[in-house]
Amino acid sequence: MPGITREEVAHLGRLSRLELKDEELDHFAGQLDEIIGAVARVSEVAGEDVPPTSHPLPLTNVMRPDVVRPSLTPRQALSGAPAQEQQRFKVPQILGED
Amino acid sequence: MTVTDDLVSYEDALASYDPVMGLEVHVELGTRTKMFCGCSTELGAEPNSQVCPTCLGLPGSLPVVNAVGVESAIKIGLALNCEIAQWCRFARKNYFYPDMPKNFQTSQYDEPIAFNGYLDVALEDGEVFRVEIERAHMEEDTGKSTHIGGATGRIHGASHSLLDYNRAGIPLIEIVTKPIEGAGERAPEVARAYVAELRELIRALGVSEARMEMGQMRCDVNLSLRPHGTEKFGTRSETKNVNSLRSVERAARFEIQRHAAVLSGGGTIIQETRHFHEEDGSTTSGRIKEEAEDYRYFPEPDLVPVAPSREWVEELRATLPELPRVRRERLREEWGISDHEMQSVLNAGAIDLIVATVDAGAPADQARKWWMGELARRSNEDGVELAALPITPAQVARVCALVAEGKLNDKLARQVIEGVLAGEGDPDQVVDKRGLAVVSDEGALGAAVDEAIAGNPGIADKIRDGKVAAAGALVGAVMKATRGQADAARVRELILERLGVQG
Repeated sequence: MPGITREEVAHLGRLSRLELKDEELDHFAGQLDEIIGAVARVSEVAGEDVPPTSHPLPLTNVMRPDVVRPSLTPRQALSGAPAQEQQRFKVPQILGED
Repeated sequence: MTVTDDLVSYEDALASYDPVMGLEVHVELGTRTKMFCGCSTELGAEPNSQVCPTCLGLPGSLPVVNAVGVESAIKIGLALNCEIAQWCRFARKNYFYPDMPKNFQTSQYDEPIAFNGYLDVALEDGEVFRVEIERAHMEEDTGKSTHIGGATGRIHGASHSLLDYNRAGIPLIEIVTKPIEGAGERAPEVARAYVAELRELIRALGVSEARMEMGQMRCDVNLSLRPHGTEKFGTRSETKNVNSLRSVERAARFEIQRHAAVLSGGGTIIQETRHFHEEDGSTTSGRIKEEAEDYRYFPEPDLVPVAPSREWVEELRATLPELPRVRRERLREEWGISDHEMQSVLNAGAIDLIVATVDAGAPADQARKWWMGELARRSNEDGVELAALPITPAQVARVCALVAEGKLNDKLARQVIEGVLAGEGDPDQVVDKRGLAVVSDEGALGAAVDEAIAGNPGIADKIRDGKVAAAGALVGAVMKATRGQADAARVRELILERLGVQG
C-alpha cells in the first residue's frame, strides 16, 4: 500500500476547507496512512462471496407515500441559525474577491 | 462586464474541428413532497416555511425516499429506453457550499436507477438523430441563495448571502447523455432538439411540467472539439444552467466558436464550468471543475437500497403514454401536413391545443389555422405562451363552427376571437354584443351587390366578357359597403349570377 503524500493531505485539506500548517501536513500524512491501513485490513477478510454493504439491516425499498406532512415554522427553522436576515439563513461571504 | 473572448466564425470552426457534446438535464419532479421528507414542494411559499429537520440536515433526522419520486425516475428511464437497475443505492456527494445545509447532496453515483438508453429526436427538416443516454439518476435540488452587497446579486463581491431552503430536497432526476458525436455542424441544433424532445417526453409522462423558465428543467452543455479525423476527445467546458431551448442552441454554438479560436491560436482549453449570458449568448469562465473524486462520494448509510421488482417495472412500462415523437408523427399524418409544418406547431406549443380543438369538433385544418395564425401572432405580441392566452380550445372550435355554418366569415371570426381574448365572453356572446353576424339578408346583400355593379361599370363589363377574376374587385366593394359582415363566397355568387356569368 503506497503511503499518503503531503500533497494528498494538502488536497484533502483544501476540500475540507481546513488550513493546515507544514508540520501538520507531515503529521497527518502519517496518521492517515495508519488509518487507511487499518481500514484496508477489512478487504483482506472480505472475499468475493461477501458483498459490500452500506446498511446494517438487510432491507430494500423502504419508501413513503407522497403525502405532505407538517413542516417547521420559519421561526422554528431559523431558531438555531447563528445569523438570519429576511427570514433566511445568513451565511458569510462564499467567494472572496477573485 | 462580460469578458469578450476571441471567436472564429462558426463555418471556420466547423471546417477544422468536430464538436462532441454531452448534455446533462435536471428535471424537477412534480411530486407533492420532497424526495426524502414530507415537506411540501408548492411554489411561492414564504422563505423557510417548507423545511423540516431532515431537509435542514439537523442531527438525528433520517431521510425516507418518496415512492412517487422513484416511480417517476423509473418511468423516465423506461421512456428513454433505459435498463432499470435491479438494485441501486443513493450516495452522498460532499461539497462545501451553503445551498445544501447537510454539506452534501443526496444523489446516486455509480449505481443509477436507469442507464444505457436512447432518445430519438427529430430535427427541423424531419431528420431523426439518435441521442444515446448514459444514465438517469435520482437526486435532490438545492436551496436558493440570495447574494447581498455585490453588483446585481452576483456571488462575486457579495458581502454575505441569504439562504431559503424551501427548494432544498425537491426531487430531481438528472439525465446524462453519452458523448454526442457525428452531429457536425448540426450539433447546436441537435442539442436544442434533444432538450425540446426530452421536455415533451417529461410532460407526456406527467412527472413534471418541465417549465424551463421556472427552473423546473435546466440544462448543462458540455462541449469539446477535436480536429477532424481524430478520435480522442478534446478538453471540455461545461456551460451551466442554460435555461431555454434557444439558449441551449446558442451556448453550444458560442462554445464551438470559442474553443476553435483558442485551439487554432495554439492555446489549450481549460476544463472549467462556464456561465451563460442570456443578453448576448456568450459564456464566461466560472470555477475550475472539481474532479468527481473530490466529491468523495460514498453510499448513503441512512437510506436503504432501492430494488425495483421486475413486476413493478413492467407495470410502469404498461402505463407509459404514446411517446411524443410517435404521437406527433401520427397527428402529422392525420392532419395531412409536412414535417416542417409539424415542427412549427411543436415549436409554438400548439399540439395539445389543436388536438383539444379538434376534439371539440373543429376540422384539423381550421383548428391549426387559428392557433398557428391569429392566436400565435397574439401570443408573440403579448409575450405569453399560446396555452396561456385567455381562450379555450372549445371557444376556438365554436368559432370554427360559426364559420362553417356561414354565420361568420374569416374577418368577423378574427374579431370574435379578439373579443374572447378581451374577456367579452364566449364566441356567441361576442357575436351578439358586437353585432358581428354575417349579413345573410339576401335583400340587403343584393342591394349592396347592385350598387357595386352600378358604381363600377367598367369592371362589370369585364366580368360579362368572361374575365371572372375581376369579380374580386366587386366582392371587395361589397365587403367594404357591408363593413366586412358579408359572406364573401355568397357575394361572389350573387355578382356572377347578376352578370349572367358561370363561376
